[in-house]
Amino acid sequence: MKHVISVLMENAPGALSRVVGLFSARGYNIETLTVAPTEDATLSRLTLVTMGSDDVIEQITKHLNRLVDVIKVVDLTEGPHIERELMLIKVRAVGKEREEMKRMADIFRGRIIDVTDKAYTIELTGNQEKVQAFIDALDRSAILETVRTGVSGIGRGERILKL
Amino acid sequence: MGDAGNERNELMELNGADIVVRCLADEGVEHVFGYPGGAVLYIYDAIYKQDKFQHILVRHEQAAVHAADAYSRSSNKVGVCLVTSGPGVTNAVTGIATAYMDSIPMVIISGQVPTHAIGEDAFQECDTVGITRPCVKHNFLVRDVKDLADTMRKAFYIARTGRPGPVLVDIPKDITAAHCKYTAAKGEPVLRSYTPVVKGHQGQIKKAVQMLLQAERPMIYSGGGAILSDASAELYDFVKLLGAPCTNTLMGLGAFPFSDQQFVGMPGMHGTYEANMSMQHCDVLIAVGARFDDRVIGNPKHFAQNARKIIHIDIDPSSISKRVKVDVPIVGNIKDVLVDLIAQYKTAAAETRQNTDALAKWWQQVQVWRGKECMKYAGSTEVIKPQSVVQKLWEVTEGDAYVTSDVGQHQMWAAQYYGFNKPRRWINSGGLGTMGVGLPYAMGVQMANPDATVACITGEGSIQMNIQELSTCRQYHLTPKILCLNNRYLGMVRQWQQIDYSSRYAESYMDALPDFVKLAEAYGHVGMRIEKPSDVDGAMREAFKLKDRLVFMDFITDQEENVWPMVKAGKGLTEMLLGSEDL
Repeated sequence: MKHVISVLMENAPGALSRVVGLFSARGYNIETLTVAPTEDATLSRLTLVTMGSDDVIEQITKHLNRLVDVIKVVDLTEGPHIERELMLIKVRAVGKEREEMKRMADIFRGRIIDVTDKAYTIELTGNQEKVQAFIDALDRSAILETVRTGVSGIGRGERILKL
Repeated sequence: MGDAGNERNELMELNGADIVVRCLADEGVEHVFGYPGGAVLYIYDAIYKQDKFQHILVRHEQAAVHAADAYSRSSNKVGVCLVTSGPGVTNAVTGIATAYMDSIPMVIISGQVPTHAIGEDAFQECDTVGITRPCVKHNFLVRDVKDLADTMRKAFYIARTGRPGPVLVDIPKDITAAHCKYTAAKGEPVLRSYTPVVKGHQGQIKKAVQMLLQAERPMIYSGGGAILSDASAELYDFVKLLGAPCTNTLMGLGAFPFSDQQFVGMPGMHGTYEANMSMQHCDVLIAVGARFDDRVIGNPKHFAQNARKIIHIDIDPSSISKRVKVDVPIVGNIKDVLVDLIAQYKTAAAETRQNTDALAKWWQQVQVWRGKECMKYAGSTEVIKPQSVVQKLWEVTEGDAYVTSDVGQHQMWAAQYYGFNKPRRWINSGGLGTMGVGLPYAMGVQMANPDATVACITGEGSIQMNIQELSTCRQYHLTPKILCLNNRYLGMVRQWQQIDYSSRYAESYMDALPDFVKLAEAYGHVGMRIEKPSDVDGAMREAFKLKDRLVFMDFITDQEENVWPMVKAGKGLTEMLLGSEDL
């Protein structure tokens, strides 16, 4: 099953490599990984999407907690939460396609953020499924380039991951 | 005067190297094992000028780490070693990984090229924090001399608290030369991201007590954690209170006395019949600082075939439910949890009586298993039996020696036949299984326990992996007695080849062995070659009388003796081969 794991850790050199190293050393997989400092620059917040049985996920969270730089670990999938991913996608937009692309972007609540004679660059946010659905809705040959940030997650309501 | 002096010291400007030395002295370090090199010259210069601790110059960095590791294992102090950048560090990696696998508290200080040269492929540069990251509890690269003292203190704190382990501090050369104000430590360092648990959850302990009181066939399985947390006394009380059979893993030998009637021997691949059968057939198993290792429980699927409840006490949650499902996990320091467990058990036992009839029946069963006498072996008047050498060592040292071993058949025989009655007496590489640790381990033990009798049980294969340390022993008047069980084979490899590969002995024969007697003499020690069973007793007594000499005893042993019992890799714990007749 897919799990979204959120990690609060020291914004220290090498901290990220410890997390990534743990996954490769123990044979766990990382589907997406996103990390950036929080409002407190000494802290980093990391969201990681991984697949595994409950036993494997339990081991993953235990091993993450064991890292000295890690302050808190939460499996967001255990409760209500919000997932968002940002995609920048460059699509071919020539002739009739221009109107069609604009319409598709609107339907998915995407924004065209760069325009040339031949192409649009569209910004799209949503959960993984929505982003994937947009890609699937386009003609593959129209896609010139995609870049996705991977999932960021946060608990719903009063659920807070803080120091 | 003292106070005024301290105050002055606290405000003194020191260079990084002096700060390293001051921090080590403040931590109470008395011995540092190391090897100098370009990147650590300032640190060695500072060592030259101080008299707080002694530096032991080894002959290879790997040995420095092993020696510091054994220093810790035999004393529960944090072992310290110092190596230079690049090859100094890469040579040390085997030692660090060895300590990591067995959770040994250590601080490794490594030199690094100057900060401005990092990343430029400088001479003797390597990515030390990168290379060591998977085999340390934590590591640091110091980028500013102002952080140095704090980092050193954190390193010691992290190494010795929680689940212990090696911590590495990588210090660039320019940091050791730079100056800053030194302030003495004020209490333990505080790390918001690192707060190890000590006390166990009282509710969980209560559950465990109820489970134990209802048990009909209880069993205690204790491991290295009981030794690391110095919980032998509590473990003893607990085993007595429960009246159940107790087994100690390879890493846990000596935590509960071998000679006690409730001790059923070591479990696992080369464990006793009674220990393995009890592990498999008990109805409540309480694991105390043990981790259900593949060498201990064999195939986990086979292990799970028998229904039993499992209580698991461990300081590291990631060791719990890793290989087997646990019913009652208790996270905490073994010693503290056992104290609470004993107290709660005593209170609860006043109301709920233990099922003594069932326990008596359980013991009858255990005695039947014991009746197999699985540790019996055929003696000989022609060739020296390796097991008999270990038994003789016990006799000559009255069971009170510190015994280090290398890795292989001799290690198993040492574990099986030297009955350890005290903790921290048995020093071996259990997790990583590192050949070559025996001699440097003996050095570390001797430095930590100068008056103790130290024996190193090794083989002609293992000893050659760090034999250069005979020179270090000479320099520092270290006098362990080396018992080389020389069978001219890499014995454990040969045993597996015999059993699993139709006796095709691929590269497991040692030809062109050195004359170990002459070699020992060349290093300034005493050498003995013992070929006849009738000479074993006399030679060993003579060797141990030479208290101020290192004696290398080369025992020419039965060439194809095997370690029994044996559970083949991947087999179930009770699928034991008891001897060659089972092959």
